[in-house]
Order: sequence, then structure tokens, then C-alpha cells
Amino acid sequence: MSKVVAATGNEAVANALRQVNPDVCAAYPITPQTELMQRFASFVSDGQVKTETILVESEHSAMSACVGAAAAGGRVVTATSSQGLALMWEILFIASGLRLPIVMPVVNRALSAPINIHGDHSDAMGARDAGWIQLWSENAQEAYDNTIQAFRIAEHMDTRLPAMICLDGFIISHSIERIEYLEDDEVKKFVGEYRQLNPLLNIEHPVSYGPLILTDYYMEYRKAHNEVMTKVPGIVLDVAKDFEKISGRKYSLFDAYRLEDAEIALVILNSAAGTSKDIVDEFRSKGVKAGLLKPRLYRPFPYKEIGEALKHLKAVCVLDRADAFGGSYGPVFIDIAASLYRYKEKPLLINKIYGLGGRDYFPEHAALVLNELIEIVKTGEIKTFKEYIGVRE
Amino acid sequence: MKLKGWRELTPGAVILEAGNAVKFKTGSWRAFKPIWKEENCIQCLFCWLFCPDMAVKVKDGKRAAFDYECCKGCGICALECPGKKGKKAIVMVEEGT
Repeated sequence: MSKVVAATGNEAVANALRQVNPDVCAAYPITPQTELMQRFASFVSDGQVKTETILVESEHSAMSACVGAAAAGGRVVTATSSQGLALMWEILFIASGLRLPIVMPVVNRALSAPINIHGDHSDAMGARDAGWIQLWSENAQEAYDNTIQAFRIAEHMDTRLPAMICLDGFIISHSIERIEYLEDDEVKKFVGEYRQLNPLLNIEHPVSYGPLILTDYYMEYRKAHNEVMTKVPGIVLDVAKDFEKISGRKYSLFDAYRLEDAEIALVILNSAAGTSKDIVDEFRSKGVKAGLLKPRLYRPFPYKEIGEALKHLKAVCVLDRADAFGGSYGPVFIDIAASLYRYKEKPLLINKIYGLGGRDYFPEHAALVLNELIEIVKTGEIKTFKEYIGVRE
Repeated sequence: MKLKGWRELTPGAVILEAGNAVKFKTGSWRAFKPIWKEENCIQCLFCWLFCPDMAVKVKDGKRAAFDYECCKGCGICALECPGKKGKKAIVMVEEGT
């Protein structure tokens, strides 16, 4: 049985954390994540969870405390945004390198300078190769569902990897939407009892965490980390299957929207995918074979599956809500291009940078891009490979 | 010792065996080697006490030979050694000489 409520994205994710009832939470407030942790802290104060909260003086300390608590043998959560994630950066690699299944909602926000509090993906994109799993969420429902599933994925005994759940700052974190909550018991049963792996607090079997690994073994550990990442997509699909049984909601590695018979398509993450789907529908009703692909599991990136899903198309636009300044293209474009690289026949690709610092992404933007793709298919020619949209000249 | 392949490693490089630092042979780090001169030794065991590794061996309460598989050549034992009548019982000699 589920309960339908009106809630913000932050509220929904905080509620998921309440239902999971983790052992330890060390977090530091930062806009737009603040409301999430404020709500969770209320659950702690009201005795609705047994979580030990640790007050810390920075995100660097928050993630460090999470690493300690997870190594000790606890189920551990935190959450952050933007500069907070940037400050955690050093410890992100320690959490993943020690293979500690910490679960962290990331409420996506632009990076300073200039200082900005609104939603874009620069923060999580900067940490995409930190050895963590990343699940991205279109709306509050997906953020709630991804948070619950993240525990099962991260804590899987074959992987033991930390996981981020990304949701757009303000657009999702602070907007009220219709959300279906699962029953507390169902969530509890779904995530199950936390299973420890080599906990520090087991004094019967003393272990050491964090040894110095030099030239003779470092590369073997890195290879092992990369290999274990290849198991994640299968686990994500298994967990999604189980989740569907209790929720009725289907999840996969990515969302393929009207893609099967499409000739042109957009690839876009998170909330802007929702806006774009409406325009895809509009173009479909005009007889244009348009589609959309929204990555869900972004790290590890399912190159093979995404390549297979896109290779038949004639032209694709990848929209990035982050840029690689002075680099070649936006981060999603680079991954999409790499997933298509292996095929002889592949779509023409263009890259648009949109919505930085919370700049609105309007339906007109999606229409503009789809019209450009129609033109590219017609002429077989790309005029501009990478371009900012929704920006003043 | 045969080095392990990546498939044989513990997740996260966690060490599961307590006290296995004894297996970590650090002798190859050494640039200077301590030489024990028994004739100048007063059996104070300062060298055993001060050694930051496990390179000074003691047998039946008496100073025994260095374990050169562990000794990093830090020279602390030679510095601390009081010797006998102004003559050190431990001297540092450059490796390969």
C-alpha cells in the first residue's frame, strides 16, 4: 500500500532516509540541501529514527566522519550540494577506495564563482569519476525511489560502493509534487538488515583500514575498483525489478522515451528531461519521429546499452547542464560520443549547454533543438557542434 | 614472495590479518647499514628499545644480530648507542661499500 502526498523533493528524500533508519548521519547544511537534512534532523529529534547524527564543522569533516562510521560497520548517510561536494572531494575517493557503501543525496547546484545557489550539474559532474555510483533523478518521485534503491545497490556484497543520488536544486528539491510513499515496513523489508563487511568494531577479528599501497599493488587495487564497477549495472537492474514489485514503478539503467522508432533524439539528465518529453510528444503529434534518452545510472556509465539504444538514430543532441571550460564538450556529450564511437553507422551528434546556474530551460529550447536536428538530418551537415542555448549575446 | 593479482585482493585494501606488518620487508629501503660491534656492547638494549621497526633482535635477554630484512637504516640505534669507553657498539656503513 502506498500513500500519496504533496511534498518537495528534499522532503521526499528525507522521508526515504527516515524509512531506511540508517545508523549514522554526518552532514553539514548547504543550500539547497539544507531542507533535506533539516527535516531528517527533526526525525532524529522526534525519535522517529535511531540514527546517530554527528555535528561537524564542514563537509570535509562530514564525509570523513561518514568514512569512519562506515568502516566501523554502520549504515551511513549524508547529503550535500555544490561547494559542499567540492569540499568533500578529497574524501570521496577515500570512501570509494575503501569500498564503503555510504549513501549520499546530492542536490545539484552550480559552483562558485560567481556564487550562485541554483540548480545545475557542475557539482556532481566534477565528482563523476570519484569511484562512486551515481543515480540521477528527473523528479521528486524518482529521487525518493532512487534513494531507497541506492542502499541495496551500494551495499550489495559483490560491490560495496558508495552511491550519490542526484536531484536538481530548487527545481526538484524545493518544488512540491505529487509523490507516492511506500509503507515504512515495505521500505524496511526492501533495504533489509545492514550487512557488514570487515567492520573495524569487530574486536574478535581485528582489521586495519587505509594501508599504504605503493607501486607494487596500487594498480591492482585500481583495476579491481574498475572491474567491480562493471557489476553495478546488473545489480541496478535486479534491484529495480524488486522495487517494481513493491512500488509498481519501473526503473532501468536509463529512460528510453519514444526512442525505438525515432530518427532524432535528445539526451538529457534530470528535471529538464520532463520538460523535453512534452516537446517530444508535440513533435510526434506533428509526425516527426522524435525521442529522448535520459540516463539514470550515470556512473558507472552503461556505454554498451546506451550505444545500442542510440546507434540507429540519424541525429542526436546531447544537452549538458555543466560545461568543461576549455575542454571539448559537456560531460554527458563526451560519454555519449564514447558510447557511439564503436559503431560504424552512428547518428550525427551535437552538444548544447543549457540551464547553468539555474537558468530556466523552457519548452521552446527543446523545440529549437529538435528543429535543428530535423535540419541536420535533411542536409547531413552540422553547422555548430557545441553551443550555449538560452544565453544573451 | 609472489605478488597477488587484482582478483585476489581484499575489497578496499583492508588488512584482515592482525600484526601482519611483520611480513612487510623494508630492508631494501636502506642506504646505510648498522653494524653491531659486540666487543663494544654493554647490553643496555637501548638499540632494541629505540628501534622504530623490529630490526634489533634480543635472545635470552641479550643483544642478538640485526634483522636486515626489517632494518630501514634510519640510524637511530647508532645515535643512541652509548658504547664502551667512547667506542660505539653500532656504526653506520654505506650500503655497497
